[in-house]
Amino acid sequence: MSNTPDEAATREALGPGLLKAADRSEIVVVDADLGKSTTARLIADQYPERFITFGIAEQNMASAAAGIATTGFTVVASTFAVFAEHAFDQWRMSVAQPNLDVKLFASHGGVSTGEDGASAQSVEDIGVFSSLVNFTVCVPADVVEADAMVAAAVDNYGPWYVRLGRAKVPTIYTNGSSFKVGQADTLREGEDVSIIACGLMVDRALQAAELLSKDGIQARVINMSTIRPLDTSALFKAASETGAIVVAEEHLVHSGLGALCAQALASENPVPMEFVGIQNRYGESGKWFEILELLGLTVEGISDAARRALSRK
Amino acid sequence: MPDLEIELICKQIRRHIVRMVYEAKSGHIGGSMSAVEIMTVLYSEFLNHDSERPDWPDRDRFIMSKGHATPVQYAVLSQFGYILEDELKTFRQLGTRLQGHSVLGKPPGVENSAGSLGMGLSFGLGQRLGLHLKGSAANVFVLMGDGEHNEGQIWEAAMAASHHQVSNLIALIDLNGIQNDDFTEKTLNTNSLADKYRAFGWQVRDGINGHDVTSVREAFVWAQSMATDGPVALQFNTVKGKGVSFMENNPAFHGAPPNDDQFEQAMIELS
Repeated sequence: MSNTPDEAATREALGPGLLKAADRSEIVVVDADLGKSTTARLIADQYPERFITFGIAEQNMASAAAGIATTGFTVVASTFAVFAEHAFDQWRMSVAQPNLDVKLFASHGGVSTGEDGASAQSVEDIGVFSSLVNFTVCVPADVVEADAMVAAAVDNYGPWYVRLGRAKVPTIYTNGSSFKVGQADTLREGEDVSIIACGLMVDRALQAAELLSKDGIQARVINMSTIRPLDTSALFKAASETGAIVVAEEHLVHSGLGALCAQALASENPVPMEFVGIQNRYGESGKWFEILELLGLTVEGISDAARRALSRK
Repeated sequence: MPDLEIELICKQIRRHIVRMVYEAKSGHIGGSMSAVEIMTVLYSEFLNHDSERPDWPDRDRFIMSKGHATPVQYAVLSQFGYILEDELKTFRQLGTRLQGHSVLGKPPGVENSAGSLGMGLSFGLGQRLGLHLKGSAANVFVLMGDGEHNEGQIWEAAMAASHHQVSNLIALIDLNGIQNDDFTEKTLNTNSLADKYRAFGWQVRDGINGHDVTSVREAFVWAQSMATDGPVALQFNTVKGKGVSFMENNPAFHGAPPNDDQFEQAMIELS
């Protein structure tokens, strides 16, 4: 990205990214009356015929996106994460089973949607879309990685789910992102414990590693921005080289990145694991950072979990 | 094609339907039998298709939204050169391409995956939008049941097709009056579907005898003449289980196979 901001919401990458993609690819963007919020609507001015709105009707949008894809287009759908879930069976039946080239960019993911409260906060979307065969599932750590993901999604065949956020989060990839689907990015080396994170928890994981280093604990930080397919080689390497793992995510712990990592490690190399995430509850209204605080999705939450994992080695 | 010839094909397709479900010991006879004339006239005289080139970009699309009615779909695909008749024996068996509900591309000629009801009109709408962007005037025909119209997604699609004035999209409603558990008017009365489509801004013809080849043909001619300006719906009055006396208008034959005696009796009636 040019003019990398110090902080930005990952959703801000969508519209500009699609504009760039439309210049080189046959994409069609479909929308369910949230194109301004997701920023996807940016494409409408330059390519009006390639932006199709279906109104507040996510089920129709999902199946129609699949139909458009059968005629040779890459189709990009966007809405809020909770409304993407609204049409689960349409994503399953119309898109996943026939393995069609439809990308779903879901903005306002996680609890950092903030003031709108529990109904607008997707605590389960990664689990929901990771459950679908053929879907690639990604969560960018910042706006730079999100920009790279838009390009990668358009350039790689098949259904994708990408969770974007509303909150302005610090930019990590100030020197650019080398995002490759299915490849984790080790942001900090360390031999004592590994912190695996995605989304806005990656920045917090880096801060936690800094905090731990003051006590002489060297934590490895891995940005696992592709949830499916999981980069098991980076995961197994972390387990064997550091012997303890913390997974940090803005999602229910029982169905997200942590659960998938635990499943992979259980049969390969079980090491002590700790999980920083949402514990079987919904969110509530508040400033986005207040809600993260309430749920324990904090720097201290991660560093405490790292110490617990270490003590179990 | 002469009416008599089409009627003979319809009878042959009905025999295939009954045999497939009987041999598989499961499957949906009733809603397959009600759609036989609609699909046979469509594939014989209106659908621009080529079984040798099932991926031809400019082909017309047939979307089976009532995805449980695969017996009629597979029998029609066999009749029109997409699969050998012998393959019908594999229906619902392990390793078959002919699953219980439609799967896109299995076999070639199946244009969508279905089984969860109410999605086909959206899928077909999307195909028309895509074809339009590609500069193709190919038609998309979507076959739906009346019970299926319980699903709200259909009305989302009906609204969007009208809003976008989608041309060459033709909805085919198989109004057989029965759904899984019972008659539609007892389960969830959809009342006049034709009036609802009109209210959504579609061109609609109803009261079509869905088992009379001439009436079905005339309806398709009318639909194609109207479809250049926006979406069109044809509502066919049909009989569930049509062609076998004890299956006709009988909710028991929505999703149940005939026993040995019933099979023999059915084949006699369809000979």
